[in-house]
Amino acid sequence: MSITVTRCPVLKKVSPREGLIDLTLHCPDIARQAAPGQFLMIRCEGFTLRRPLSICDAQGDLLRVVFEVRGAGTAWLAGVEEGDPLDILGPQGKGFDLGDVFRPVVFVGGGIGVFPLLHACRPFGANATVLLGFRTASMIALTDDFRATGVDLRLATDDGSEGHGGLVTDLLAARLDEGPCAAVFACGPHPMLKATAAEAMRRGIPCQVSLEQRMACGMGACLGCAYKILRADGSETYAHVCVDGPVFDAKDVIW
Amino acid sequence: MVTTPQMSVNIAGVTLANPIVTASGTFGFGREYGALFPLSELGAVTVKGLTLQERMGNAPPRVAETPSGMLNSVGLQNPGVEKFIRQELPWLKTQGTVIIANIAGSTIEDYCAMAERLSDTEVDLLELNISCPNVKQGGVAFGTTCENAAGITAAVKPYCKKPLIVKLSPNVTDIAEIAVAVVDAGADALSLINTLLGMRIDINTRRPILANNVGGLSGPAVRPIAVRMVWQVRNRVTVPIIGMGGVATWEDAVEMLLAGANAVAVGTALYADPYAPVKIKQGLRDYLERNGIADVNALSGAVQANS
Repeated sequence: MSITVTRCPVLKKVSPREGLIDLTLHCPDIARQAAPGQFLMIRCEGFTLRRPLSICDAQGDLLRVVFEVRGAGTAWLAGVEEGDPLDILGPQGKGFDLGDVFRPVVFVGGGIGVFPLLHACRPFGANATVLLGFRTASMIALTDDFRATGVDLRLATDDGSEGHGGLVTDLLAARLDEGPCAAVFACGPHPMLKATAAEAMRRGIPCQVSLEQRMACGMGACLGCAYKILRADGSETYAHVCVDGPVFDAKDVIW
Repeated sequence: MVTTPQMSVNIAGVTLANPIVTASGTFGFGREYGALFPLSELGAVTVKGLTLQERMGNAPPRVAETPSGMLNSVGLQNPGVEKFIRQELPWLKTQGTVIIANIAGSTIEDYCAMAERLSDTEVDLLELNISCPNVKQGGVAFGTTCENAAGITAAVKPYCKKPLIVKLSPNVTDIAEIAVAVVDAGADALSLINTLLGMRIDINTRRPILANNVGGLSGPAVRPIAVRMVWQVRNRVTVPIIGMGGVATWEDAVEMLLAGANAVAVGTALYADPYAPVKIKQGLRDYLERNGIADVNALSGAVQANS
């Protein structure tokens, strides 16, 4: 596997909801080697730093990224049109270690953290339970794509406007009470990841979490995106989300 | 008839194949970018700042984007000088480029010990980092007065069997005074500028974005300051200068050379374009060719300042 810097055209651009952009890129170099949970560093014209965006899906020569407009950089990116080329560095980082896809597993996603789970859950089909949490019904996105993979999809909203009213981690506890689960994979806000990891580890279930950190180079050179983790010998160190992650074994993370 | 321009430069007795080098802290130990292009394209690689013992670095967040630049407060996270020598240097030595080892410490004794240890290795030059704004002890404190800067240079110099570059801080009243002091104390070359101390605040949380509150500003935002400082220092010293600070294009590199630099380091520009140093080198060569300049050294200090 190798990192490449490539210019690839935007094939399709849609907005699944207000403030959310869904881009499909023709990018064989990266799409063919992208592992679930890896990310891209996308250049935004006029900005010092590339924007790290998780790969939502990779199929054949196509890459899909879904992102929320949060600041000036993502606003620039939201302005690209179909046919425009994007300058992309990737695939970056260490993704999910999915293991045997015939095992029953659970995916937990929250907010904009749900997107990389689409690529990750697909190989499991009906063996996966996918639990997605959103603030409110109008923030829900991509559920049709998740359903199309054949997974058991369950939703939660903070305000109860759709699915379970409450936290997605309530759904996790209920699902783990129901039956066997060999592994938990999670991506979302820090408190959700922390609660998910605690619930899984309490039951002795292996858990992998995808972490976020402010990032500069995105390739392990600048050491900007530090996250404190435990080493095998029990000592603490700063790992780097861009190369040691973004996916970490939850038992190594110092919350 | 213009032949291919002569691109090599000499920094304190060490020949660099071309004047484009990397800035410490932006390029790791070369492996990451070495996966994208041969490091032999570069005049030199300046490695991440080394300390005597391993350092964990500062708490995150460590980086924040700014208009035309960024702040960092990495805090010299590195594996320590011995691990560098064992695990990184043997590989780097095979890459066909000059190696500059950047060293930082919290005491003068640390700097001396590292200079002595690295002098017995295959690194080509030592860069004394007395300008890191992100560590509580040492670092920039050694670089902000003439007395301290000259003192540490004079103390370290006897331990150096390799040429000694002193990297200067821009967070001072008169950088040229400090440059003169460290050259008088034995510096074989100078590099400037390190980052400018800066700050960003999240207006919603009313907290600084960096966990360290403040950090070093780099990128095109600092370039005019770097050019001005290189020019001021060049007017006072004759030793080689590695100019750095916001260089992102070949035009920027030419500007830095004209101001008085002998070599030009590229750092933050890597993050937008990992190939920036290679493109800058090619652009510089094309510029020389187009203008019938036979030797890149002819540009150094060639600015025609107004009287």
